[in-house]
Amino acid sequence: MDDAFAALTTYAPALPEIILALGALALLTYGVFRDDNAAKTVEWLTIGVLAAAGWAIVAQPAGDQILFKGSFVNDDFARFMKLLVLAASAFSILMASDYLRKMKMDQYEFPVLILFAVLGMMIMISAGGLIALYLGLEMQSLALYVVAAFRRDSVRSSEAGLKYFVLGALSSGMLLYGASLVYGFTGAITFTKIAAAVQTGGDNIGLVFGLVFLLAGIAFKVSAVPFHMWTPDVYQGAPTPITAFFAGAPKVAAFAMLMRVALDAFPAIANQWQQIVVFLAIASMLLGAFAAIGQTNIKRLMAYSSIGHMGYALVGLAAASQNGTRAVLIYLAIYVVMTLGAFACILAMRRSDGMVEDINELRGLAQNDLTLAFLLAMLLFSLAGIPPLAGFFAKFYVFLAAIEARLYTLAIIGVLASVVGAYYYLRIVKIMFFDEAAEPFEPMARPLKLVLALSGIFVLAYVAYPLPLVEAANAAAKSFF
Amino acid sequence: MEIGLEHYLTVAAILFTLGVFGIFLNRKNVIVILMSIELMLLAVNINLVAFSAFLGDLMGQIFALLVLTVAAGEAAIGLAILVAYFRNRGSIAVDDINIMKG
Repeated sequence: MDDAFAALTTYAPALPEIILALGALALLTYGVFRDDNAAKTVEWLTIGVLAAAGWAIVAQPAGDQILFKGSFVNDDFARFMKLLVLAASAFSILMASDYLRKMKMDQYEFPVLILFAVLGMMIMISAGGLIALYLGLEMQSLALYVVAAFRRDSVRSSEAGLKYFVLGALSSGMLLYGASLVYGFTGAITFTKIAAAVQTGGDNIGLVFGLVFLLAGIAFKVSAVPFHMWTPDVYQGAPTPITAFFAGAPKVAAFAMLMRVALDAFPAIANQWQQIVVFLAIASMLLGAFAAIGQTNIKRLMAYSSIGHMGYALVGLAAASQNGTRAVLIYLAIYVVMTLGAFACILAMRRSDGMVEDINELRGLAQNDLTLAFLLAMLLFSLAGIPPLAGFFAKFYVFLAAIEARLYTLAIIGVLASVVGAYYYLRIVKIMFFDEAAEPFEPMARPLKLVLALSGIFVLAYVAYPLPLVEAANAAAKSFF
Repeated sequence: MEIGLEHYLTVAAILFTLGVFGIFLNRKNVIVILMSIELMLLAVNINLVAFSAFLGDLMGQIFALLVLTVAAGEAAIGLAILVAYFRNRGSIAVDDINIMKG
């Protein structure tokens, strides 16, 4: 009994992950034995499991806790990112339930797969070594491939799943090749030991080669240009609530992994990875701004928008400073809220004959449903980075960090790209408010209203109450410096 | 001639490159892409085991075992998605995977 208690306290830092793993297995078993209409119950229980994991994180003491010989790191940064991932996933499931029921896709496997993906993301965020990083990444990816192809009878959905799988597997392979080289040239698997080896050994060509492959693999997962080509197709092909999920939590987790590799394992050769990150940031911002202009499908547009936003977040990482890290964390939090809100609006684009995805279907929305049009307009203004909305501050912090780090070119290109990017967001606002009204949409489901209201309030009120988020991000960013 | 670490690394690099080219240049069949992915992962395993032996450190071999396991799971899921796709589209030619473009 004492042994059991001792084990419990030893592994307490991993309690959220344990809750998720056991919860997912229990819900899977429940679904298998009661597959008549188990979907709704499993959905709610899944949200309960996510909330329980969130509670376990909040209850943890501050400071670093290290488990499994350095492979599992639970610090303030990990807790910040994990809470973000859990919240984004819970709201995605909430938004999905109504859609899945109407499309006759409400199977209990969906929330269970999301739970497994979230477990993978938590492991990615807490990864303190190459093995943990790879296993977490694969756990997340394998669940996401299946989720992308969840609408089995649709060509688009299964094509999205197939494309995601092929390019995702390619990226895992590249990441793994990089990991093997890093292991070989440093002789270490955990990030702290790698950092020590790099500190004493300096950079050699093999190590830099490995680092490049590692970063290329991770860039695939955050969909940074030039590794973005899967994003538009997967976003368009996957069922809309699943796209909403893809745009939020996995991006946060992949970014956390990128920051761990860059700032925990390779701080000594920051000048090497900085060049790569600067290139990725510039390419993503520009492509996100220009390629979105010609899009007519709103999900595809959101894909290019998310590519652009990942570029802005990379600007903060390129600064390689505490302020830069803090800026990235704030950016990600605000980005997730804005994206979920925007997807709540996209999920509301439903007529009696099914979902519509063309941007022109939004024409004259203001005359049919002023509240929805107003909130969507605010979210789009915020995504474009117009003050005093939350999106403006997100961009402001990252550009400020870039200027402090003397990356002037990067900051200037970022500002210019966000001006170009504002065009396509404002075009949607123009369509909603000044065009001839189309047939009205069906009334919104209640969970969508809730998500939209929460994100609308956040976007509007952030200017008045920025401190809680800034302080949390500040504490999290200190973990690295 | 003594077979040293660099020979293993060269073989692994060649296999890895073959895998990557197999994914991008192949215009015929998705199954070939799955095989190319396996090739990449096996190249990584050669790397890991060679480094592990060279460094006298067991971690690399443990990593290689885990990679093998995950590769099996990945192949299973890839084939499952491929079957679902084939049922809808009636073809698994790479040139036919083009419903969405832009």
